[in-house]
Amino acid sequence: MAKTKVLERKPLSLAERTYLPQIVTGLKTTLVNMLRPSVTLQYPEERPVIPENYRGVPTLVKDPNGREKCVSCQLCEFVCPPKAIRITPGEIADDADTAHVEKAPKEFDINMLRCIYCGLCEEVCPEEAIFLQDVFSVSGYSREEMINNKQKLYELGGTLPDRHRKWDKKKAAELQGAAHH
Amino acid sequence: MSQIKEITIGDVAKRSADGEEFSGETMALNIGPSHPTTHGVLRLMMELDGDVIKSARPVVGYLHRGDEKIAENMTYNQFVPYTDRLDYLAPLANNVAYAIAVEKLAQLEVPERCQAIRVLCCELARISSHLLGVGVYGMDAGAWTVFMYTFTQREKLYTLFEELTGARFTTSYTRIGGVARDIPDGWLGRVSDFCDQVLPVLDEVDKLLTRNRIFMDRTEGVGTISKEKALAYGMTGPNLRASGVDLDLRKDRPYSGYERYDFDVPIGTRGDCYDRYLIRGEEIRQSVRIVRQVIDQFPDGAYYAEDAKKIFAPQKAKILTSMEELIQNFMIVTEGPRMPEGEVYFEAENPKGALGFFIVSKGGGVPYRLKIRGPSFCNLSILDDLLPGHYLTDVTVILGSLDFVMGECDR
Ligand code: SF4
Ligand code: SF4
Repeated sequence: MAKTKVLERKPLSLAERTYLPQIVTGLKTTLVNMLRPSVTLQYPEERPVIPENYRGVPTLVKDPNGREKCVSCQLCEFVCPPKAIRITPGEIADDADTAHVEKAPKEFDINMLRCIYCGLCEEVCPEEAIFLQDVFSVSGYSREEMINNKQKLYELGGTLPDRHRKWDKKKAAELQGAAHH
Repeated sequence: MSQIKEITIGDVAKRSADGEEFSGETMALNIGPSHPTTHGVLRLMMELDGDVIKSARPVVGYLHRGDEKIAENMTYNQFVPYTDRLDYLAPLANNVAYAIAVEKLAQLEVPERCQAIRVLCCELARISSHLLGVGVYGMDAGAWTVFMYTFTQREKLYTLFEELTGARFTTSYTRIGGVARDIPDGWLGRVSDFCDQVLPVLDEVDKLLTRNRIFMDRTEGVGTISKEKALAYGMTGPNLRASGVDLDLRKDRPYSGYERYDFDVPIGTRGDCYDRYLIRGEEIRQSVRIVRQVIDQFPDGAYYAEDAKKIFAPQKAKILTSMEELIQNFMIVTEGPRMPEGEVYFEAENPKGALGFFIVSKGGGVPYRLKIRGPSFCNLSILDDLLPGHYLTDVTVILGSLDFVMGECDR
């Protein structure tokens, strides 16, 4: 059976019953705390330190070549628990120099009134195209303003380094004529 | 209109002194659903005779979001963010309880490192929940300062959670078969620094409250729940232990490797509001003990079940470079983690009591039915028995001592 610890209580001593010792201890505690450095963060003048891997507003990122990484596979749209993401897939023109990527989103909306910042979209994305970055405070005057469209998402996202460069590799392979799809 | 008779204060005083006209007359009083003492959206319908409560009925459901129904429409992993919002004062503990329940259905064992991370999560969540519980309780009883000190500590914990999970509040940290990510570098050290500095603060709280005559006068002998009553109403957690029952699921039915750690289960002697305060203070200390042990024997290895290929999604680097893993990722996301048919019930010792998940599965990645047992709901059910006979001013103290959270009560 469980190892228990019974919390006994002792009756108050005569001094304690007068409440005087409590006043003294209370004042002492308060005074000591007054002299300690303040822990209050004067937001918004002071900003909190945002740790790495923080889950802020979801954004879309581009690869170092300036290509949009999202291939509009719609996996994030599927997984998003509150259904905040809307994607309209689009084709890439045959003569574009990113034609080897095949697809890109035509429209990509994230409704920040619905988003719960859960990070599942980032987690499932097979292209590392969507990231929750460090913006944590969003506001707007209307509901429409709170829907981040594709352009806004790329503005927020910027460019992140690409560790795998799989599309570069694919292009190189295609140029060599040894493309295997 | 001609009937109007002027009544002077003297008349009223005389009549109430005679005590005839008003005796036996009761007053209906509603507290909540939006009232600072109800810690959320609990509504109390009370009948008062003067200052004494004759009957009380808790009305719940103002925060009902249909979580159980929502669960039937999504995969097991997609439901994790919703578990944050049950007991939103200890989201990490809910995440863990849910993940373990589903893993029990899949008969999946997670590696030791993952278990240790989860124990850490649970205990830190318990510390944070109890810190708030004690602080707010002090505030309810008129000791505002205590709240400031404990809340500062809780902020520090939240900074640690933020580093670990990416969010301060809605952590969504576990996945079926593991956790979302491994612990960051140096994080364990920061947790142990936190433990070092939280104990002096607890002593400070002790100094302010434990032997404080005003606090004791307001809590001792108030809201006494007997052992039998507590059991009969299905109370769990610190509220049950305050009544002297040594039920603690971490000891009685250990999960996630709790049997490896040494800790005591504090129990109370009288089951009154004061006992419930003492228990929470002591539980924080015991949790600190567990956290230290976990850090001391922190195992190496993987933070997720590597062999559960149909349950835990492959690593990102693999998904990006290998076709097989890419397909596997798509399957797990769209169809959900592969589960066998069956029924399972699992209860975890959460800060507020036993949080249970009952899952019925027809196979596949989506639960057929998911029932949640919220400890706060059961703990509150005793109110209509407990409150009558107390003064109206005691309501604040009793509610504070029960330390409930409506997110989990209403679900
Ligand atoms: S962001 Fe990622 S998951 Fe979403 S559609 Fe684009 S590639 Fe797919
Ligand atoms: S963070 Fe979560 S809620 Fe927000 S868009 Fe991504 S998946 Fe949807």
